[in-house]
Amino acid sequence: MLNRYPLWKYLLILLVFIVGVLYALPNLYPKDPAIQISAANSGASVGDSEMARVDQILEQAGIAVTSSESANGTGLVRLKNDSQQSAARDVVSKALGQGYTVALNLADSTPQWLQSIGAKPMNLGLDLRGGVHFLLEVDMDAAIDQRLDVNASAMREALRGEGIRYRNNTTGDNTIRFTFANAEDRSQARTLLSRQYNEFTFSNSDDGGPTLVMTLTEQAVNDIQDYAINQNLTTLRNRVNELGVSEPIVQRQGPNRIVVELPGVQDTAEAKRIVGATANLEFRLEASDSTSPDQQQAFEFRNDAGRKAALERDVIITGDRVSSASTSFDDSGRPQVNINLDGPGGSSMNRATRANIGRNMAVLYIEHKTRTRTVTRDGEQVEERIPYTERGIISLATIQSALGNQFRITGLDSPTEARELSLLLRSGSLAAPIYFAQERTIGPSLGQQNIDRGVMSVIVGLILVLAFMIVRYKGFGLIANIALAVNLTLLIAAMSILGATLTLPGIAGIVLTLGMAVDANVLVFERIREEMRSRSIQQAIHTGYERAFTAILDANITTLLVAIILFSIGTGPVKGFAVTLSLGILTSVFTGVMVSRALTNLVVGGKSLKKLWI
Amino acid sequence: MTQFDFMGKRKAAYIISILLTVIALGALAVKGLSLGLDFTGGTQVEVSYAKAPSLDEVRDELGEAGFGNYSVQTFGADTDVLVRLQQTFDEGIGDQVVTALRAEGEQVDLVRAEYVGAQVGDQLRDQSGLGMLIALGVVALYVAFRFQYKFALGALISLGHDVVILLGFFALFGFDFDLTVLAAVLAVIGYSLNDTIIVYDRIRENIRRSQSNDLVRIFNDAVNQTLSRTLSTSGTTLLVLLALFFLGGDMIHNFSLALIVGVVLGTFSSIYVAAAVLLLVKLEREDLIPAKRENAAEDELP
Repeated sequence: MLNRYPLWKYLLILLVFIVGVLYALPNLYPKDPAIQISAANSGASVGDSEMARVDQILEQAGIAVTSSESANGTGLVRLKNDSQQSAARDVVSKALGQGYTVALNLADSTPQWLQSIGAKPMNLGLDLRGGVHFLLEVDMDAAIDQRLDVNASAMREALRGEGIRYRNNTTGDNTIRFTFANAEDRSQARTLLSRQYNEFTFSNSDDGGPTLVMTLTEQAVNDIQDYAINQNLTTLRNRVNELGVSEPIVQRQGPNRIVVELPGVQDTAEAKRIVGATANLEFRLEASDSTSPDQQQAFEFRNDAGRKAALERDVIITGDRVSSASTSFDDSGRPQVNINLDGPGGSSMNRATRANIGRNMAVLYIEHKTRTRTVTRDGEQVEERIPYTERGIISLATIQSALGNQFRITGLDSPTEARELSLLLRSGSLAAPIYFAQERTIGPSLGQQNIDRGVMSVIVGLILVLAFMIVRYKGFGLIANIALAVNLTLLIAAMSILGATLTLPGIAGIVLTLGMAVDANVLVFERIREEMRSRSIQQAIHTGYERAFTAILDANITTLLVAIILFSIGTGPVKGFAVTLSLGILTSVFTGVMVSRALTNLVVGGKSLKKLWI
Repeated sequence: MTQFDFMGKRKAAYIISILLTVIALGALAVKGLSLGLDFTGGTQVEVSYAKAPSLDEVRDELGEAGFGNYSVQTFGADTDVLVRLQQTFDEGIGDQVVTALRAEGEQVDLVRAEYVGAQVGDQLRDQSGLGMLIALGVVALYVAFRFQYKFALGALISLGHDVVILLGFFALFGFDFDLTVLAAVLAVIGYSLNDTIIVYDRIRENIRRSQSNDLVRIFNDAVNQTLSRTLSTSGTTLLVLLALFFLGGDMIHNFSLALIVGVVLGTFSSIYVAAAVLLLVKLEREDLIPAKRENAAEDELP
């Protein structure tokens, strides 16, 4: 029979709608100001005992707490008062000390039964709700020192390659120094090196033996600093994107600072740890008997304090040469990181391993950290930061055969650590260490007045569309409007499930999608009107839906293609827009074709009608 | 049913389209887009009030002092305010802002003033550009597969027409082009494509059904048959956009403006550019006939 759906189709639509309502529901609950506490080291966790201490600290400081809880190794304290959030963070951070990361957060208050099915609200963007603002300072001196070390290592190799013996090599203060046994070696080295390294000025000195002094030119220093901050900017953007934070802001501020702003309800403690993380890897050969003592460095094992191994000073490759990384588990269930190297990295690795089969190679885990302590200087309390670097061997294994550009690393503490390491390797390492100079909450960038007007205009627009449909298509307009309401619910549900961030243009985008979603119904209704001239009413409805279908399908598939490509290539706001657009297309095809058809069938299907209220 | 002779007036439409495109390209070449704070970066000024100010008043004071394109946010405490300006950073700017903010005799102190970089990195710009090109290529392939390559050509030209004129419009009048406008341009692409495909679908259907070789008539029929749909859809979309434009406030003003222009262009181009290009590239009935069997299969779809 024409225009009848089997029962299962109605039930399916009903089921989809109910699920949509459930997952859209959390958006109706407001969010609480909160602070989040997690252990600075990804292996450790925050439990009940720490939380009890935090409660006590806050009570002493006179800060009102709604509730505090700990789950999955992090603790969350909800506060009564918005304005006490920063104060609460400061006292807790000071009292707990270095081992913990304390971050501002907005906790969602979705009821337990909704949380248990994984429902969570959409995040509001920086423009509507504000978020957290991190100001990071790039350690420029360290950037230069790192570059000097790399250059010195390459110079040592060049000198050895030419058979020029040197007695000592130091770096520091924008300068690399080599001391030689005699002036002749020095002049040979100078000729050799000055040809390759034109970013240095060369001079001779005879303090403590014939010494070649190479100082970076001012231009080179500027270039290195510029490179460091731009590289850090790119890396931070990648990391923030890897975290799945949508619509963040990452921008340069002043000569040596970077601003990272994240919308409110993200896992700020994790964000802080990842954003500031400086973990990297180095691959080095274990020192052999023939390695001269000044070419050796001893390191401790990371998981086995006390055990040490002497490694060569020269680095085969660093984590910067990693082109992709992922985590998995080895046969005995230990976490491992699978690594792919880029072209130059792969050939360096191949060259080094091929020539050294049977020797041991070590993987060094390196972390640049800063210790903050408050000192009194000239009667004022000043925060002093002392940067230090932690290096530990995570694995030492015999080279069985020449390695190519694919291999894996074991010896990590936990799956979390493996996951974070692979994320850091993927997003690129920081060209220079950074530290947090400032952390603040930041209010919405739009004024309340602007937000209110924006939301109001969206509601007016929506009402206009609904009214238009009723006026133009009467009874069928009502059907289209119900389908539209279902569409809106499903779209919000889908965006909530995916954790999309809602900004004001995003809201406008949703309304626009709705305006366009009406299109599917318009196409069908116009076609029904057209077909009614030559067919019976039931047949007109049937052919109307059928004929309009290819147009709806083609039009939406083309737009969906654009959206998918924008999603896979774009970043930041382009990506956010693509998500809204593609979800909007999927839900509007579903509601425009299935839901509206089901409603039509339910109301008029199978009845003998003389006139259609269209 | 009233029949409009759309195709008969296509010469006039060609002239309008070409003229608009030339003006748009000229405006883009000579004036260029006036990029917003998101793309250019500018200056960031942090100030501290003795008493929590009303942010709307802060904005008004900045506006009165002649600063353009600023954003004002609370920063940590209610008394700390962060101002972002598009103006290039110089030494005196912090003091200028503080002077402007003291207009009503408030107690304001400058905490710091600094240069801020663009929110949108070069990487994003390059990637988005590349993304657009790939997206257009894939769309062209899909249209060529579902219709015929001449249709793909028509769809691409019509899309390019809309985007170029829209960008030219923003360049000509010097409206701020920021990330929200970029989102609007992307939406226009989706919208314009949607419109074009609807008209093409009807053209394809009519060509396959009729025995006539009079393409001008077939096109006219197709455009007329889809006209009430086109007007309904454009109408509803414009209703929403006009509401956003007049009631939505500064933030979505340019966003809705871009979309209004884009929707009007998209509607125009789906009729005149997309369909008329098919006449220019000499589409023939035979181009679609081999696909006849596929058409029969389609009719059985639900």
